[in-house]
Amino acid sequence: MAIFTRAPKAEPILGQNRLVAALLGLLTWFIGLLFFFPLFWLVLNGFKEESVANASPTLIFDPTLDRFSEVTEANSGLLSFAEAFGNSFWIVLISTVLVMILAVPAAYALAIRPMRKWRDVLFFFISTKFLPIVGVIMPIWIIARDLNLLGTRTVLVVLYTAMNLPLAVWMLRSFFAEVPKELIEAAQIDGCSLLGQLRQVILPIVAPGLAATALLCVIFAWNEFFFAIQLNPTGASTMPVWVNSQQKFQGQFLAGLSAASVLATLPVVVAGWVAQKRMIRGLAMGAIK
Amino acid sequence: MATAVISHEEEVRRLQRREGWRRRLPILPALLFTIAVTQIPFLFTLFYSLTDWRIDTVDPRQFIGVENYTSLSGDKFFLDAAWVTVKMTVMAVLGSLIVGTGLALLLDRKFFGQGFIRTLLITPFLVMPVVAGFMWKTQMFNATFGVINWVLNTVGIDSIEFATKYPLASVVVVLIWQWSPFMMLIILAGLQGQDASVLEAARVDGATSWGTFRQITFPQLRPFLELGTLLGAIYLIQVYDHIEVIVGGQPGAKNLPFYIAQRSIGGGNRFGLASSYSIIVVIASIIIANIGLRVLSGLLEDDS
Repeated sequence: MAIFTRAPKAEPILGQNRLVAALLGLLTWFIGLLFFFPLFWLVLNGFKEESVANASPTLIFDPTLDRFSEVTEANSGLLSFAEAFGNSFWIVLISTVLVMILAVPAAYALAIRPMRKWRDVLFFFISTKFLPIVGVIMPIWIIARDLNLLGTRTVLVVLYTAMNLPLAVWMLRSFFAEVPKELIEAAQIDGCSLLGQLRQVILPIVAPGLAATALLCVIFAWNEFFFAIQLNPTGASTMPVWVNSQQKFQGQFLAGLSAASVLATLPVVVAGWVAQKRMIRGLAMGAIK
Repeated sequence: MATAVISHEEEVRRLQRREGWRRRLPILPALLFTIAVTQIPFLFTLFYSLTDWRIDTVDPRQFIGVENYTSLSGDKFFLDAAWVTVKMTVMAVLGSLIVGTGLALLLDRKFFGQGFIRTLLITPFLVMPVVAGFMWKTQMFNATFGVINWVLNTVGIDSIEFATKYPLASVVVVLIWQWSPFMMLIILAGLQGQDASVLEAARVDGATSWGTFRQITFPQLRPFLELGTLLGAIYLIQVYDHIEVIVGGQPGAKNLPFYIAQRSIGGGNRFGLASSYSIIVVIASIIIANIGLRVLSGLLEDDS
């Protein structure tokens, strides 16, 4: 924890002079707004008529919710909004639950009761992240085809679990490592069973870390596109594939695509806003601590 | 009763073994799952890469040794894609690292609305890559409706169709937009871990801002910069979504992952050849990973 608590009155590196400080504050505001501008524009376009969106950029228009209702109600027969949302919801939920079921015992074993060579095991998990997806996509496609799993939710559940597992072990280990050993020993001396130790001592301390890790898995799984489009491009597919299908090859689609993008992005962006600090702390601490 | 006599040492060893397995057991499910889904398919890829397998013909798969690999040096498409991969990864990692460090330094000060601006700056990282690609392509880069070109027009410059004219740069800009926030947060964690008394001492000794940054802050930030580089490289070497959405099939910004998918399951059906491309990407990644993990294991050293 020490790494994040900073002594009071630490001088910032930039701007010790008051005028410079004020100017730097303004600059930060300007850059922050500039970074966010494309998203702001995307949201605006979602509320426009197609004819307004497909014209010279303007800030003045009559906002309408029609695009949102159009994209959610449209059904081309391949993948509707309701189907994609439902598929994404279940695939992300089940894969994240599986990741946690597999990762929590592993992280616990690596952090609290380390065996010999635990570091090698941890590095093995991380190193699987270095195996680019293209290194395995062909055999996976063939195996999925032979098992009749192409175009199913199952194949994505399995792959998203594998995709997020190394990261989850990595993050969770650092959260478990923060549990003071003395607390566990004290509980053991008091005759607390392993399950009791887990429930009463360890869980309360690591609960925020568990939540942050699960959330990061949710974000990565929700946004995943490559596996989804390659292995499951139609009816059983997910939100990124649905957004991709809103690009039309004829007629105007910009406003509709914007509305669809907002709907697909919003759940994860809001979740990320809520948990921003803890998530990255877990990532950074995984390596540093 | 001779059988009951077990030496003390043997008993201890037996208990230690049992204890060892009890400690290893919780790791096994995760380990076996990871091996089954990532390592075993990789062995298949290795095998395919030694064959001339084309899935679209009825010809049987033939073992051709390293022929796929020896043909790579003359394979213009492969070399182009490999070069694009290198350029794209290096530019995106360095770009987001530099922008992210700048943002972190700006954010690491007290000012009105700090939390709000940080939240705005984080948002690009949370956005679905497909959405980020579409948004930039149709609403920022586009020659007729794009905001960037609208700004250019008002200052008297003609519209440019960025995604067609500069496909690689367009993809890299979007990647930097998405990954700078990630780098920023990692570096911010490093900045906030600094010892304030050391900074204060430097100031009392009359060190300039730049001197303090170079001699005190930068060395302390190094592990965080290295971590950012490593994690960024892992993800950015296998970019697919942005390329698919922003430039699609057009040449100039196809990296190896995109090209491999196109030549195999994407309809090209050259499974043997494409597998050899995959193996090259994996070898390159292993080299980067080894350098990176060596650095990180240095960080883990005093934690044993």
